Amino acid sequence: MDTKRRTFLKAAGVAALAGISAPAVTKLAEASSSAVPAVAENSAGTAGKIRYGMVIDMRKLYDRPDIQEKMAAACRYAHNIPTFDDPKSEIKWIWSASYEEAFPEHSSAHNAEIIEESEFLMLCNHCDNPPCVRVCPTKATFKMEHNGIVAMDYHRCIGCRFCMMACPYGARSFNWFEPRPHITQEINPEFPTRMRGVVEKCNFCAERLARGEKPACQEAAAEVGAIYFGDLNDPESEVRKVLAENPTIQRKPGLGTKPSVFYIV
Amino acid sequence: MYNKGLIVPGLIITVLLVTFPFWFDVFSSAESTDPTVELPPGGEQNCIYPADEMRAEHMVILNEWRDDVLRNGNRGTVTVDGKVYGKGLQLACMKCHTNKEEFCDRCHTYASVVPYCWDCHLTPTQQKAGLKEAN
Ligand code: SF4
Ligand code: SF4
Ligand code: SF4
Repeated sequence: MDTKRRTFLKAAGVAALAGISAPAVTKLAEASSSAVPAVAENSAGTAGKIRYGMVIDMRKLYDRPDIQEKMAAACRYAHNIPTFDDPKSEIKWIWSASYEEAFPEHSSAHNAEIIEESEFLMLCNHCDNPPCVRVCPTKATFKMEHNGIVAMDYHRCIGCRFCMMACPYGARSFNWFEPRPHITQEINPEFPTRMRGVVEKCNFCAERLARGEKPACQEAAAEVGAIYFGDLNDPESEVRKVLAENPTIQRKPGLGTKPSVFYIV
Repeated sequence: MYNKGLIVPGLIITVLLVTFPFWFDVFSSAESTDPTVELPPGGEQNCIYPADEMRAEHMVILNEWRDDVLRNGNRGTVTVDGKVYGKGLQLACMKCHTNKEEFCDRCHTYASVVPYCWDCHLTPTQQKAGLKEAN
């Protein structure tokens, strides 16, 4: 009788252990069989799905701070972006900074003079693997599956600023103050403003694309043709052709965020 | 019952006092304070749904539009009486209801609801005159 009870309890114990650990074991097995590449290539196997991307031809923007400012102004008007003088409260959708700041992974000791002297345009990269989306607790920041745009729903943003910590590109700004009194340009009646306490960033002009228009910054740079915009998943698109013909770089590619904005330097 | 002469009139007076607001309302000649809204100054007659449905559901519809436009990639348009509007508070509703102060605000103030729409969305007055001039 005693031995029987011992064997029974042993068997029960083993069965319970197996039952509890089964999900973890299957998960481990799954994970090891589909290892994610650390530095991923840009979107494979996405036929039929749009992924918007941009190529910035810096050769046409060197020594052209006027065009760069024109592009920023177009975005400012299109999206009712406020202007703050204090860089700590600045709201940035598209901005310019040195090569060193834009491409720390690419900087070298002896850059061409033109690179040292010029400013580089930056905006949200609409990453294919966006860390900002992963950390947002409210899904106020999300990736639109049908076109790859990393979008925001300001109605939902609670201003926790996790996304600002997560974005390695400084592409997000927080409204420390009520933005409305700081909108210095004319107002765009078709677009809302934001309120104090939310984060904002470039939206790849989703509202303009939906109307069949081009991004405002691309339009503003039309006279030099410095911006190409289109579907990165379509081999026939203009962006893909430009990418195929020109050596390009992305900002901080080593982080594996897979940026959708490319630069010809 | 002891002190009937005091208790019965006392009870009657108490009941009358407690129900005073009802009596006052029934016999008063003061006008109703229910809010009245002004209809679109442009004379538009139809909305996307009948008025009573809009009255009850407009906030739900606005939330659905918000999710359609921002999340579901369905920016689409709505057509009323042959006129096409973009989905949205600023792009559709306020195009006809250009009198937000006499339309939205009348009921919202009466019901003491403070929707946060206008923290970000522009009222027709602001759209026309700009933020500084309108405020
Ligand atoms: S650049 Fe920053 S904000 Fe834009 S998608 Fe990438 S991580 Fe997010
Ligand atoms: S600040 Fe807003 S968008 Fe950013 S993580 Fe928090 S809720 Fe999401
Ligand atoms: S794509 Fe649109 S939102 Fe983004 S920087 Fe250019 S103009 Fe601004």
